[in-house]
Amino acid sequence: MRTIHVSELTKNIKEMCIEANHYLTPDMDSALKCACDREKSPLGKQVLSSLQDNLKIAGEDMIPICQDTGMAVIFLEIGQEVHFEGGLLEDAINEGVRQGYVDGFLRKSVVKDPLLRENTKDNTPAIIHYEMTSGDKVKITVAPKGFGSENMSRVFMLKPADGEEGVKNAILTAVKDAGPNACPPMVVGVGIGGTFEKCAIMAKKALTRSVDQRSEIPYVAQMEEELLVRINKSGIGPGGLGGTNTALAVNINTYPTHIAGLPVAVNICCHVNRHCVREI
Amino acid sequence: MDQYIKAPLSKKDIEKLHCGDYVYITGTIYTARDAAHKRMHETLAQGEKLPLDVENNIIYYMGPSPAREGRPIGSAGPTTSSRMDKYAPALLDLGLSGMIGKGKRSEAVKEAVVRNGAVYFAAVGGAGALLSKAIISSEVIAYDDLGTEAIRKLEVKDFPVIVVMDKDGNNLYETAVQEYCEED
Repeated sequence: MRTIHVSELTKNIKEMCIEANHYLTPDMDSALKCACDREKSPLGKQVLSSLQDNLKIAGEDMIPICQDTGMAVIFLEIGQEVHFEGGLLEDAINEGVRQGYVDGFLRKSVVKDPLLRENTKDNTPAIIHYEMTSGDKVKITVAPKGFGSENMSRVFMLKPADGEEGVKNAILTAVKDAGPNACPPMVVGVGIGGTFEKCAIMAKKALTRSVDQRSEIPYVAQMEEELLVRINKSGIGPGGLGGTNTALAVNINTYPTHIAGLPVAVNICCHVNRHCVREI
Repeated sequence: MDQYIKAPLSKKDIEKLHCGDYVYITGTIYTARDAAHKRMHETLAQGEKLPLDVENNIIYYMGPSPAREGRPIGSAGPTTSSRMDKYAPALLDLGLSGMIGKGKRSEAVKEAVVRNGAVYFAAVGGAGALLSKAIISSEVIAYDDLGTEAIRKLEVKDFPVIVVMDKDGNNLYETAVQEYCEED
């Protein structure tokens, strides 16, 4: 048994909220550079080149990459040998988000009630997904999610008979409907299988996978590659202003499901696909 | 083509703007997003006066991140325009000359743009750090309680935008996408 004081989580999450909002991961950085080099549309190239300038300014001047610094989505993979002390885990996580967003000059975009809509003024609460794993470590993933692209995400409850073609069509439909609203070039996170809620969480988690890493399941990896090619033939392009780079990657996660169902979730992320990972 | 325009934006200047033009705006523009639009809509419904005179002005759909010390504003890129579609036609009918945002607009907005000879610009979404460099000053002029959603008066210099919908209703999102579409 290993004891971790919850203040460790607060401290790390605070730093991670700030880091994720100012620097992209190396895989995202290089995917955006490659997109800029190969874009065929002059206007699309200009947009992608602006994004390069934007990332440089964000990192050098500590200005968030995007003003929508997101709702803080946090995945916590907790080794079952870990024991927490010093208070409630959830409170410690939210305290980290609060400190990160207030001290880090990040935008407070969370409202307390979905219909009454009063701002909580510190971007809490976070959306927290807990997973128990083996070992005595805690893996923290902080993924601030902007809502321009979140609003264009979808869940499809397909029929088993719809099969692989049905899944592909659902994903292409979601991407095309998103178009310019989701700030392309986007990253497409997909969850296939499970239940209604499980596929949505898988789609979100898929966005935190490196964009240059394909699924370990051969037929899924093939689907990811085929869908990326087809999405980039849509013509939507950077900023939705026409071009050959509409998505940087399609990341698909799968899970067993029921004999009667084929749930598919498509969680779209803009080119500011933020995530920061630490293990403590 | 590249064009340089002044804000407030006269209807005469709008005539020379065409779909696909890269435009640099210098002058005064105003920010308003979801909550401010809802409040302006309620104000108009009650027959009261808006907190800004929209005539010949440009509204930027944007809610900034907080400014660090010594800077006029934080990150300041566009938000998705379609959420303002419900409110935009009434403002266009009052003389609003331009809107800056990102993403598709409704048919009702397009009709109001054409009816009033207005223009819809897109700024590059997700480029808030870069766009903040074109903002010289920022001042909250109404709805301070809305935080990032308050109405701000911005002084901008060569603020870069792209004409997505011109006064004739031409729509770059439709034409440019068709040009690069390689689907069978």
